[in-house]
Order: sequence, then structure tokens, then C-alpha cells
Amino acid sequence: MQLVRTIAVRVAQSLGLLLAVVVLNFTLLKLTPGDPALVIAGESGAADLELLEQIREDYGLNESYLTQLTTYVGNVVQGDLGQSFFFNQPVTKLIGARLWPTILLVASALAFAIVSGVSVGIFTARRPESPVSHFATILALIGYSMPVFWTGLLVIILFAAKLSILPISGMHDVTFDGNWFQSWIDIGEHLILPAFTLGFLYMAQYSRLSRASMLEVLQSDYVRTARAKGLGERVVVYKHALRNAVIPVVTVAGLQFGSLISGALLVETVFNWPGLGRLAFDSVLRRDMPVLLGILLISASLVVAANLLTDLVYRLIDPRIRVGGKSS
Amino acid sequence: MKRNLLVLLALLLSFSLIAAACGSDDDSSSDDSDMADDAADDAADDAADDAADDAADDAADDSAAAEEEATADSDEGDAGAVDGEAVHGGTLIIQSSQVPRHLNGTVQSGYATAVPGTQLNASPLLFDENFEPQPYLAESWEIAEDGLSVTLHLVQDAVFHDGVPITSADVEFSIITARDNHPFKTMFAPVTGVDTPDEHTAVINLSEPHPAILLAMSPGLLPIIPKHIFDDGQDMKTHPRNTEDFVGSGPFKLVEYEAGSIIRMEAFEDFFIADRPYLDGIVIQITPDPASIVLGLEEGTTHLSASLGAAANVLRLQDNDDVIVTADGHEAIGPISWLEFNVNDPALSDVRVRQAIAYAVDRNFLADVIDQGITFPAITGIDSSSPFSNPNVETYEQDLDAARALLADAGYSDGDITLTIDYIPPSQAPYAEYVVQALEEIGINISLNVSPDFPTWAGRVAAGEHQMTINQVWNWGDPVIGVHRTYLSDNNVGVIWTNNTGYANAEVDSLLAQAGGEFDRDARIALYHQFQEIIADEVPILYLTTPPFWQAFQPSVQNPPVGIWGHMGPMHEVWLAE
Repeated sequence: MQLVRTIAVRVAQSLGLLLAVVVLNFTLLKLTPGDPALVIAGESGAADLELLEQIREDYGLNESYLTQLTTYVGNVVQGDLGQSFFFNQPVTKLIGARLWPTILLVASALAFAIVSGVSVGIFTARRPESPVSHFATILALIGYSMPVFWTGLLVIILFAAKLSILPISGMHDVTFDGNWFQSWIDIGEHLILPAFTLGFLYMAQYSRLSRASMLEVLQSDYVRTARAKGLGERVVVYKHALRNAVIPVVTVAGLQFGSLISGALLVETVFNWPGLGRLAFDSVLRRDMPVLLGILLISASLVVAANLLTDLVYRLIDPRIRVGGKSS
Repeated sequence: MKRNLLVLLALLLSFSLIAAACGSDDDSSSDDSDMADDAADDAADDAADDAADDAADDAADDSAAAEEEATADSDEGDAGAVDGEAVHGGTLIIQSSQVPRHLNGTVQSGYATAVPGTQLNASPLLFDENFEPQPYLAESWEIAEDGLSVTLHLVQDAVFHDGVPITSADVEFSIITARDNHPFKTMFAPVTGVDTPDEHTAVINLSEPHPAILLAMSPGLLPIIPKHIFDDGQDMKTHPRNTEDFVGSGPFKLVEYEAGSIIRMEAFEDFFIADRPYLDGIVIQITPDPASIVLGLEEGTTHLSASLGAAANVLRLQDNDDVIVTADGHEAIGPISWLEFNVNDPALSDVRVRQAIAYAVDRNFLADVIDQGITFPAITGIDSSSPFSNPNVETYEQDLDAARALLADAGYSDGDITLTIDYIPPSQAPYAEYVVQALEEIGINISLNVSPDFPTWAGRVAAGEHQMTINQVWNWGDPVIGVHRTYLSDNNVGVIWTNNTGYANAEVDSLLAQAGGEFDRDARIALYHQFQEIIADEVPILYLTTPPFWQAFQPSVQNPPVGIWGHMGPMHEVWLAE
């Protein structure tokens, strides 16, 4: 019951936060220079005053700021995110087509980063002075230092161009013709490189974080007690120590969800992954405000949801949080 | 010892990833900047030797010769040559970085719309390599003696993708829609109406003779769209059928359209040209990064692309024996990169200053060194591939002494003139930075005004807030469509790609008006030649280079689209060899 009430309060707070995000984003985008009508004219290779005026009138760009804002917020509340200036399609349709590829990419990258990062962290924590631990440290440093788009280009060249074992770009083979299972295999093949590229940076972080956390936890009294009781090392590490050691990783992963989405923008551009990131980047260049506002709203919602989920995961991991107690 | 060996192994393994990318195979992905430096060094030496020997009145000949040589070097023989007898089948995969807004070319111009649009829609006419009209939906046509009407006779059995017959009513609807909505107002502005005496005859009535109307009926400029679908009172520019369930008249019909991502088309079985198209389908995959496109071409997963990006990509593909690279095709687009002057500026209002700048800039250096030989020095404001181009105008071969003398005549001593250049990085940056250095040689100080994106730059130039700017403008086939707009004195309307220089010359206005209404080709050519001589003397614009539309394709692609409209033409004759 308390959990339900807590979630309800958090959701209500989130809605207020999202409304503020909408107003702030709308205002900030209105302040940026550049006329969407000129972009459309640019795409046409020609322009005249009449055309530009008509474009501005069609999209309400001649209205006052307050009129445009209240109209927009009113529509958003009703679930209407407007029409794209550039594509002249509903923003919800454009975002809907690209949302799940981005979620798939981000979730896969996050899962890869957490699983591999924690695994490496546990291994290096158990053998801190081993050559493998040092190698992992170097690898983490490299992963953390390389820009994500650079990593992407390198893996494309190595695995797609030189070794030809994975696809170069896209989410699907354009000539694909098979059943749903084969379709998922095809998507999986295309997902490997972009997910690895996006997750590599965070894997490096999580490996270092989980290593440090695990080292600290392994020094705890209760772990010493567990060993003294004769429990095997594997049981000590994975059953007793891991749950405490992974809490910082969960915290950081939840906080970094927003940066994962922005990292996805670069990865999607390099790999031609048809997600929100690429749409956002193109919309910035085109001054396609409705699409950009819609994406920002969705991103903010995802971040808020991720933080809420993080809190729930805490409760699962740490019973002390579940009963409202303080963690030591 | 063992530990040290393991650490060394770890380091080597880590750097193998980087080394693989930076490896310098002769046909592989070398570091682009290294390739550029090597090519630039070689080309710089060659350019220095050539520049000493070139004479001013050989400029036109040299440009043409360079163009031929570059084309010959790039082609694997004749790019349009066909190997064997045409076979049906296969899906052509095209990768393009251009994003169409929608698929209706009657209300939207531009390359991005025309590439898929011309596969989905037919037009009255096609054009051959001499810019001469050929039958398409119109199997024949006549121009009235007085030039005030054009009669089209349509093929008898053409149908739309939904099976409804294509009639003269659809032609009338399409022309009027284009006249009222297309951004290129000059194409159909003189059209007063279209009569339809029968279902297969359309008579286009004009307020004045308008020879450009023939080229305006090219596939990319006048697609014939179904009146029974679009004539429902909705705004044509925002009509939902522009993207959803699009029904056209062309050799391919729409299967899938995902905005900004992919366009999938399949052969239209009832296309009005028998036994066409050869292909089963075409897929246009939108790919923003040219590097991915180049990799796709090298891997063979992409059949065809004209979105090759930087010069390094073109050169890299030229070195690849498995890919054919050619500058053939797209001549009607006629892109010209130029340095545009705001002639209302106090300094630039003096023609001597503009001529001095022209003498200071070495266009051969731009083409041979900056662009590594993939562009050609521009001569005039009408692309050299156009029958209307005048190759014999003043081209201002680099002469720093003449430049300094002109500046002195204009009253500017060394260093007392400062100008700005507006441009958009990254593509325009090399030209802008070169011009800075070139003008410093004659004592003109330049500061660069970087616009972060197109809307910002276009806003400044349209408002006349610039002094000079790097620009690229397309001719669009007929000078009435893409050339007049830059020079007509009454077209300085505060909008980009109009007369943004502020140039005004009554004689030029008169010549353009006469040429625009002259059906006799030779007379028209003579008028445009006079026009080009004047603008060459007065230099409202310094023409820098003409960048061809380089395209690359697999050897399996037969009858590749190398016509004057290139990929902006129907690909019903393209086929894939085994």
C-alpha cells in the first residue's frame, strides 16, 4: 500500500516536471535563430516571399509566442504533439516509428554495459593484482577515452568492412524476406555493433565502479563471517557480496540513462540506426520544432521513468529500503 | 617476465583495433587526411607547374580538357555502356543522404524528392544528352507558330498505379498545381490555362512564348499526378496522400515509405512502356553518413549512390576496381559554386574591387588542390554542359599584379580594405579559408563569418547582411528556371536564392526577358551569350568551380542513370546483370 502511494506521488510529481520541461523547451527553441520556412525553401532549391509566407502561415509561425505556447501545451495535454514542419506528418507517428529502435538500442547497450562491466569488475576485484586485472584497467581507460562516434567508425571498419562478419549499417537488411524469427535474427545481427559501441563507454565505467564497490564489500565483516562459516568463495561473492556491490552501479546507470539517449544520437548517425537520436539531430538542423519538442518530451519522460524504475530496483535489491529503513 | 609479456600483449591487442582502422592498404580505408595530404602535395606540385604555362585565352579549353580527362580516368570505359542483353529481375539498392519531405514533385522541388518521385511518377517528356525532348507520357507534341500554346498528345493506354487511366485532365490538373504551388514559379508562370479537347490531348495556353516550358515537363519538375485522388479541396502541399498510399504514373509503385528512413518501390506491371521496367524493385535507403555509403558500395551491399560526400571518398572509390565511378549524368542540374558579392556594399559596389578579387583567386587551385581534382574551374553562370553556356567570356586567370593595380585605381592601398565572407562549415570552409589567403596577397583583409547551419546563413544572405558569401546554386536545366532568378533586378526580394547580390543592369534584364521568350534555339543561345559577357565584365559573382554529381555503382548495374537528370530521371531502362 505504501509502495502504491509512493509511486502515485512520484508519478504526480513527474507530470508537473514534464509540464515544466515542455514550457522550458518550447521557450528555448523559440529563442534559437533560424526560420523553418527557410529550411523548407532550402530543400526546394528555391524560394519566394509568397511561399515563405504561406509556410509560416500554415504552421502558425506568425502567431505570438504566448498563442503558440498555449496552443501547443493544450494540444500536448490531449496527446497531440503537432505536425512536423518538414515531413508534414503527425509528430506522434514519426516518433512512434523510431521510439522502439532507440529503446532497443539503449536497453541493449545498457544491458551489455551492466552485465559485462559488473562481470569484469567482480573478476578484477577478486584478483586485483593479476595481469588480467591490469589489462581490464587499460581497456576501461581506452573505452572511457574514445569518443563514441570514433569507436563506432572503428568497429564498422574492422568488423563490417575488413572482416565482413557483421552488417555495416541500418537495422534490417533492405532485401530481407523471411519470417518473424529470421527477422529478429537479422535485427540482432545489426544490433551488435551499435549496442557494443554505445555500451563500451559505460562498460568501462561500470567495471571500475563495480570493482571498487566489490573490493570494499569483500572487506566487510559479514563477508568475513560468511567465509569463516566455511561458505564457498562463489557463494560468498555472488550470493552475499554482489547485491550490495551492485547498488552503486544501479544508481549510476539510472542517472546515466539520459546521457545514454544522447549517446544514442551519435551512434544512430554513425550506424544509420533509424531511431529518435537521428531524428532529433536532423530536426535541429531543419528547425523542425514540433518534432524536436516531441522528442525532448519523450526523452524527459523516459529519464523520469528510468529514475522511478531505479528506485523500485533499489527496493528489490536492498530490503532495508523496502521497509523504509536507512542503509548502513 | 611473464607479467611483462602479458602487459605487452594487452597493449598490442588494444591498439590492434586502432591499427586496423588506420592501416594503409592501397585500396582500403586509409586515413582520409593522409590521403588528402598526399594528393594535395602531388596536385600542388602539378598545379604550380601548370599555372606557369597556362595562358588566359586557353582557360576554357583547359577546363574542358581537364573535365574530359578526369571523366576518362574515373570511368571504367563508357559509364553508360551496356554489357549483354537486358534481363528482368533484381532489386536495385540506392543509398542517398538526401531526405525527401514527401513524394509529390508538383509542389516540392529538389533532388531529394525527385529521385523517388521520378520512379513513382511519369512526366510528359524525357530529355536526351543534348537537352532535346523525347516522348514519354506525351508521344508527340506541337508548339504553335506564335509560341502561345503547346499541344501534348498522350499515349493511349497509360494508367495510374490504381488502374485508373491517365488522361489530359490529369495533365491539366498537374500543370495548374505546379504553377500554383511549385517553388520554381518561373516554370509555369506564363500558363493561363490548359484545354483538354479530348482525353488524350492537352493544350497548354501561354500568355507569352515560353520555351522553358518544354524542359519544365521533365520527370523531376512535372510529375503527372492523379486528379481523382488529389483534387479533393485539401491543400496540395500538405495533402496526406503525398506520403500515404501514394498513387503515381511511373514505372514503379510505392510499397513502403518511412519518412527519413527508407522508400521501397516495386515494378508497376501495367506501366505504359511495354516490357518495362526491367527491375523488380528499387529501395532507396536514406543514410546520413557518406562514409557508410562508401563502405556499402565497397562491400557490394549498395548498388548505386550519388551521395559520395568528400573528395577523399570519390578518390577512394576510384581506386577500387570493384566499383565504377563516373561524373557522367546530372548535367541538367548544373551546380556552380561561387563567391557572391553584395554590390550594395560601399567597397564592393566598385566593379574594380570585384575584378581585383576575381584576379586574386586561382580557380584552378580550388579545383585541383582543394577539391583534389573532382571539380572543374567554373567559367560562367551557366554550367558548361548547357547548350546555352558561353565558354569565351573573361575568366580572370590569376594575376596578382592586375589585381593590385585595380585596387589602387579604386583608391584602396594595401591593407585598408576589410571584408567578410559568410559561409556554412564544413563543406564551404576550405573555399572560404582559401579566399582569405588569396585576398591577403593583394592586401584585402578578410574575416570569416561562420553560420552554424543553413537557416542562419540563408537569413543573413537573404537580408543582405553579408558582404561576400560562398554559395552553390543549380541551373535546373533551363536558364529561365535556375539562372534568371540570380540576375533579374526585380528579383531582389529578400529571399535566399533570388537576386541576393543586389545586382541591377537594365540591359541584362532585357536580354534575359528576350531569351526567355525566344523559341529559336540559336537566337536564344546568342542572347544568353551576350548576357554572360556582361556579367563576366561586371562580376556580381565570381564563379569558382562546377562540382559534378559524382556517382558510383556496381558493375552489375547496366544502363545506369547517366542522363542529363541522372538519378532524377526514371530508371525503367536500368537492369541488373547476374
